[in-house]
Amino acid sequence: MSGYGPEFQELIKKVVATRPARVEASRRGESFPALTMKEREIWLGKYHPDYKSDGRRAVEVGPNKGDVFPEEVSVLLESKSMLTDVEVNLDNPDYETDVLVIGAGGAGTAAALAASDEGLNVLVSTKLRHGDSNTVMAEGGIQGADQEGDSPYYHYLDVIGGGHFTNKTALAGAMTNDAPLIIHWLEKMGMMFDKLPDGRMKVRHGGGTSRKRMHSAGDMTGAEIMRVVKDEARNRTKSINVLEFSPAVELLTNKEGAVTGAVLQNLETHEYYVVKAGSVVIATGGFGRLHIQGFPTTNHYGATADGIVMAYRAGVSLTDLDSTQYHPTGAIYPEQNVGLLITEKVRGLGAQLLNVDGEQFCFPLEPRDVESACIIRECLDLGKGFTTPTGRPGVWLDSPMIDMLHGEGTVRKELPAKYIQFKRYDIDISKEPMLIYPTLHYQNGGLAINEFGETGVEGLLSAGEVAGGVHGRNRLMGNSLLDVLVFGRRAGLKAAELSKKSKKGKDTTLTLKHIEDFEKELKKSGITDPMVGPVVLPDYTPDHVKSRRWTSL
Amino acid sequence: MAGKKKEIKPLATGDKTIPPKGAKMIPIYIMGKEYLVPETLTIMKAVEYSGFKYVRGCGCRGGICGACATFYRYLGDYKLHTGLACQTVVGPDMVLAQLPFFPSNRPDYNLEGLESSPHEELRRLYPEVFKCVGCGTCTRTCPMDIDVMDYIALMKRGDLKGAAHKSFDCVLCGLCASRCPAQISQFTAAMYVRRLHARHEVPKAAHLESRVEDVKNGKYERMHKELAKMKQDDIKKLYVEREREPDMSELGKWMPEDKEHL
Repeated sequence: MSGYGPEFQELIKKVVATRPARVEASRRGESFPALTMKEREIWLGKYHPDYKSDGRRAVEVGPNKGDVFPEEVSVLLESKSMLTDVEVNLDNPDYETDVLVIGAGGAGTAAALAASDEGLNVLVSTKLRHGDSNTVMAEGGIQGADQEGDSPYYHYLDVIGGGHFTNKTALAGAMTNDAPLIIHWLEKMGMMFDKLPDGRMKVRHGGGTSRKRMHSAGDMTGAEIMRVVKDEARNRTKSINVLEFSPAVELLTNKEGAVTGAVLQNLETHEYYVVKAGSVVIATGGFGRLHIQGFPTTNHYGATADGIVMAYRAGVSLTDLDSTQYHPTGAIYPEQNVGLLITEKVRGLGAQLLNVDGEQFCFPLEPRDVESACIIRECLDLGKGFTTPTGRPGVWLDSPMIDMLHGEGTVRKELPAKYIQFKRYDIDISKEPMLIYPTLHYQNGGLAINEFGETGVEGLLSAGEVAGGVHGRNRLMGNSLLDVLVFGRRAGLKAAELSKKSKKGKDTTLTLKHIEDFEKELKKSGITDPMVGPVVLPDYTPDHVKSRRWTSL
Repeated sequence: MAGKKKEIKPLATGDKTIPPKGAKMIPIYIMGKEYLVPETLTIMKAVEYSGFKYVRGCGCRGGICGACATFYRYLGDYKLHTGLACQTVVGPDMVLAQLPFFPSNRPDYNLEGLESSPHEELRRLYPEVFKCVGCGTCTRTCPMDIDVMDYIALMKRGDLKGAAHKSFDCVLCGLCASRCPAQISQFTAAMYVRRLHARHEVPKAAHLESRVEDVKNGKYERMHKELAKMKQDDIKKLYVEREREPDMSELGKWMPEDKEHL
């Protein structure tokens, strides 16, 4: 029996009807025409959530005062510290470390490994378990120009074109330049890349790439990267100490405002710990769990922008944080899979997007923001989307084409995780299409950094999704796994260098002066009842439970 | 919340669970205590619907991180089941407990400079793997449908390649180890074997090695500097006019017209 009921079966017939002709056309190398640069601009402006003014407003305090962000972000930037009006004792640090890394996903772990390579001791603070991050969820691959017909030069062009030329060029340059080094580093650490028998990397195209440079490990590329780098870190218990379920909730600074440590909170005992560090790397990931503009998200449970909040209070400015990436293909059916990411690899392998009539309406490998705009237009504007029984709009992603194009069994082999995730609900995606709609996927902007991960605030570095500028206002598939590792390593190396220097006469006192200053600014701006930040974990308590909680927890 | 928060008109229906119309309420037992939840929810969403807030036992919420390993039975049935809480749908009379953590054996090792063959290294580091009694409980326990016992058998035989590929879908949830009568931590041994195999048994990518040399010699930093000096309109032109490698090209064979920037 199929997981699609009879009302779906009727509509699937329309998809099946147009399929043979579409497969034939694909074999001939024909595809639905891509939008021109001009058309892209118009469609983005009309249909992409980033460009809608609803639900956005200027933030009233801090380094980016006056800049417009989504409401969910602005409120958080104007939040107050957990440690306001609390008696804290910063005199006897519980930990002293050369480098403190906040966040233990791909970027944090890469930073820890790099600093450890330099012979330093690293303390890693993380909210959930080591490796719980968006890194594990990246499926499709990691880019790196290592084939003969490609080079970092073309990779760079693709990155800045995909980002609509809004990228920080030094960052895009650093990322594409280091990409082969990172792929090589992973290969040496025993990552199971998809390879040809002679060792050549099996690479393919992604949205917006001019050359095939997408490396993969099945459809678990991020999970494989994460488990390998984490495993390597676990081999270094002498130099890397990971504190799980102990997120940083505030930075500590000296009297001049240089970062000298942080306060961590043990989520289980609710104790606070004081850390003194030669340098600090913020690698806390993105903001998906803030559910910007009401979108479901592909992000992991801890993606609540904690690092943004802490660093903003310490004076780090933000770049492009008003720009959010909606992944064009998030599952909307069955209900259990809502928000689940359907990797771009599905389209890379030839699956097409179809409206409720089984017709194509866009080039399947547009840059992600353009593709998302196309789907939102088809559903909300033209009314040619599908509506699920739970009221979610969406379009078809015709995955059965993949086996027809590349041979029986390709879906199972190339997309094992997706195959299992739908098979659980009696949907065989090698035979039946999926229903998808854009889902909140990636924080394009973030903390402003230079190509070494420096934030402009002394002693504080940053890497990964929490930082911005690398991808400009739109990121291509396969560049986030690359970004976290390139800048994780770069930030780790720089942090090591700064930490060594800090031993020579840096004022290492630990204060919360920057918090006091920030709160004065809040008062001055008339924000009298700010929320408390960082959020740490999202709250999914339903109303029927809330209404019975007569007292606060 | 700040007083300024205004109503946002959403473009989507959000992350909240929307039970389909007419969804039935069913009883589930969270650590033995009864709660009524709408059918069709995953265990994770049902637990949240009941009013719990996760600290442990919740990670990616997408079936890939292994944080939410769960044991369950149905009232009146002796059979013990396992699953990932974020992927398993609740049923009536499900009695469930999540595994927040399980101790595992994971010896430190150095991937470089092996003293003996990979198979011997495995025997030295994980002698318990070779004491597998072949009961198959691990395989029945795995929420990713991995034939755990089979990859352990391949390890014993020295087929590290087979074991690496067979164990590839592992999410390190630890359920296998929690039930093993031979006290093996299968998933940590498999992690080791995958790295050993990929590092020491798979040929290196020769094209990558030579590209790494070029990068280290600063070849592309020079090109990037060149680009950084160009006007944006000229860069845009380069972008629009760049050649696209055909989809069906053979790896390592296709070359662009412009070879100056390779």
